[in-house]
Amino acid sequence: MAARALINVPKTAKRGQVIEIKTLISHVMETGYRHSTTGESIPRDIITSMSCKYNGEQIFETTLYPAIAANPFVTFHTVATESGTLTFTWIGDNGLSVTEEAKIVVS
Amino acid sequence: MIPKSGTRFSDKSMRKEGTMPTLNVTRRNAFIAGGLAVAGAAIITRRPAAANTPGQMEQAIRSIIGEAAVKEGRVTLELPPLVENGNVVAMSVIVDSPMTKDDHVKAIHVFNEKNPQANVISMQLGPRAGRAQVSTRIRLAASQKLTAIAEMSDGTYWSDTQEVIVTLAACLEDLI
Repeated sequence: MAARALINVPKTAKRGQVIEIKTLISHVMETGYRHSTTGESIPRDIITSMSCKYNGEQIFETTLYPAIAANPFVTFHTVATESGTLTFTWIGDNGLSVTEEAKIVVS
Repeated sequence: MIPKSGTRFSDKSMRKEGTMPTLNVTRRNAFIAGGLAVAGAAIITRRPAAANTPGQMEQAIRSIIGEAAVKEGRVTLELPPLVENGNVVAMSVIVDSPMTKDDHVKAIHVFNEKNPQANVISMQLGPRAGRAQVSTRIRLAASQKLTAIAEMSDGTYWSDTQEVIVTLAACLEDLI
């Protein structure tokens, strides 16, 4: 199942401005602690980490645990230093890896 | 409703005779007892597989931050005091820090008391964050305390603890 990611980064910002970045990815985040109606344990399937690079330099990284709700939504802040690309990478169980990009123009 | 008859099992009669008073069981009482047994079994099987034990939160904290001393303050953990649905709970952590090269938040960790696993989330920040404010959505399996710990660039640790009441717990929803 291809996970769909949504990113909200302001298109333009002033140099030095602190901007808020919102990210959301569609994912069930199956905890591994639940059982099916027939009593079998449902294996864990979660997103284990999310990171953000600003023009190649890592600015944010997070480790997610099963306590994160389905469709993990994470917001954080960064200083708009220069125009360029923000690269977001989600890594999860069962070899999941999703990369998305967002452009920002800094004046 | 349980009928007011002398045929119910009571501790007293059990003790006196030493055996199960099986001869006095009416069909109605047997049915009620059977129904209760089924209901009891259903409650047990719907429990989360592994409930967090009291020391588990402390253990999880120590495995991440080591033996460092944690002081209260500088961190604000924002959670709704009353949660209707434990499957999606908005949470944000704000740390009072200038976020400069010399004085910034290096990491924020959140822990819970009663979920099957004590870790909630760990985030690595840096001076480029500009503002130490993050938010996400979490799951809560029961009414419990949550603790957010911030690691500063000078090596100190600060924390905030919030208590949350959950009316509908996560992990218990019916599977389709």
